[in-house]
Amino acid sequence: MAAISAVGLTKSYGDKAVLNGIDLEIPAGSVFALLGPNGAGKTTTVQILSTLIPADGGVARVAGHDVVRQADQVRAAIGVTGQFSAVDNLLTAEENLMLMADLNHLRRREGRRRAEDLLRRFDLTEAARKPVVTFSGGMRRKLDLAMTLVGDPRVIFLDEPTTGLDPRSRRTMWEIIRGLVADHGVTIFLTTQYLEEADELADRIAVLDGGRIVAEGTAEELKRIVPGGRIRLQFADAAHLGVAAGLFDYATVDPEALRLDIPGDNSVLTVKAVLDALDNASVRAESLVVETADLDDVFLTLTGEGAR
Amino acid sequence: MSATTYVVGDSLTMLRRNLKHALRYPSLTFAVVVMPVMMLLLFNYAYGSTLGAGIGGGSYIDYVAPGIVLMAAISGSLVTAIGVCTDMTEGIVNRFRTMAISRSAFLAGHVVGSLIQTVIGLVLVIGAALAMGFRPTAGPVEWLAAAGLLVFVALALTWISAGIGLVAKTVESASNMPMPLQFLPFIGSAIVPTDSMPTALRWFAEYQPFTPIIETLRGLMMGTPIGNSAWSALAWCTGLTLLGFFWSRSVFYRR
Repeated sequence: MAAISAVGLTKSYGDKAVLNGIDLEIPAGSVFALLGPNGAGKTTTVQILSTLIPADGGVARVAGHDVVRQADQVRAAIGVTGQFSAVDNLLTAEENLMLMADLNHLRRREGRRRAEDLLRRFDLTEAARKPVVTFSGGMRRKLDLAMTLVGDPRVIFLDEPTTGLDPRSRRTMWEIIRGLVADHGVTIFLTTQYLEEADELADRIAVLDGGRIVAEGTAEELKRIVPGGRIRLQFADAAHLGVAAGLFDYATVDPEALRLDIPGDNSVLTVKAVLDALDNASVRAESLVVETADLDDVFLTLTGEGAR
Repeated sequence: MSATTYVVGDSLTMLRRNLKHALRYPSLTFAVVVMPVMMLLLFNYAYGSTLGAGIGGGSYIDYVAPGIVLMAAISGSLVTAIGVCTDMTEGIVNRFRTMAISRSAFLAGHVVGSLIQTVIGLVLVIGAALAMGFRPTAGPVEWLAAAGLLVFVALALTWISAGIGLVAKTVESASNMPMPLQFLPFIGSAIVPTDSMPTALRWFAEYQPFTPIIETLRGLMMGTPIGNSAWSALAWCTGLTLLGFFWSRSVFYRR
């Protein structure tokens, strides 16, 4: 059964259409990433699916319940960690977790047990009695996610869970998110503007742009959308770069970096052809790198930024 | 698991949260008490003899104390806007909204928490007035009635204040927007009787909500005539409570 399904979701603010018909089908126990630039409609999608705002059109079901007509049942099944930290700054980490335990109507002892367990799991035990005001961004984000987990949600929404975190905290968050799926079999709906993050975490990725899903598939499938890769040549000076640029029809020149990118597959024959051409023209390249297409290429191609 | 079955439990959870805030960061509650006490000191010791002579003799603190006690109830209530707005501008409120909890619990927790703080503030301010020589003639029944009226005023203004906290875009504006309400008692019978004021001002002073409330409080505490003031006071409190309640609710559910 699908943990999240949506058909034809639309939403506008005034005359600005934010979502232009979103269809989703996310199997239980999987990680789904909604990838898109700022303003693509990622947060709006999460807000609709997590019952925060109603859609203008379309229907959505989460954990088997309609997000509008059965909002309470949906809320009982989900956990949401938004883009902006939803922690109580004036309370301690422990009190924040106990607040969640109370609002999830857990018994006192059960609540305390879960709070302690989460503090340990997220490496916050030492800071448990400190007010959250004193926490770093990474700690705050961990606490935020821990609070989401107190209610043992079956479907978890993570809206840009690592935006603004340093690389180390980001890695920690990734490990935590992976652990959730492995240990608890929950469904995760993740939004991100980092391709690397989607690639690392998600089973399936949908690329959202201008309120539409422009591509959907596994990371591998998406990478296949943009065929081939490129051969990148580095030159010592502009003269050599200039001559080399004349040799290849579809190359893109970066005069400042003294760099030439030649599109093509990464077969040995192609590389040899490039080297031969350089040799025949007596042009000396300092270095050569063969790059395969990555998600960035997919992203830029699909969202039309590559054209700029 | 229906959310409506947890209205009381969830409201109590929210109340505990707000009281914890107040205990941990008492400066706001404290500031609310300090202002009226300063005014008591000022009006009693600095201006007391002149103003006392102006209102026709008698101990001036007996005249001014009920007015300043009301001001304490007002400023105590208006702090609610800050707490509500702080929650609204931070992510926490969206977390609450995505949980299966009673929707009214959030506002109820704020309003009741604020009411408890205001009552504590009022006890302190009345204590200070008594220490400065305020000698009310009220018996137990009058005291009970006065306390009831003060709580009613606080309830009305706390709901209004909650609404202000919900519509304010920033915590600063939530703190500044209710300022005019705090000054209203001055253009009423809090400091001097309204009949000493110029005609236009007197007309305003007599028809604004705080004048009948002050007159009723003064009557209950000092035995001065109350007349129709009690009914106007109750009508104003009822009206403002309903207005604040429905306004806050509709704003909260809409956002």
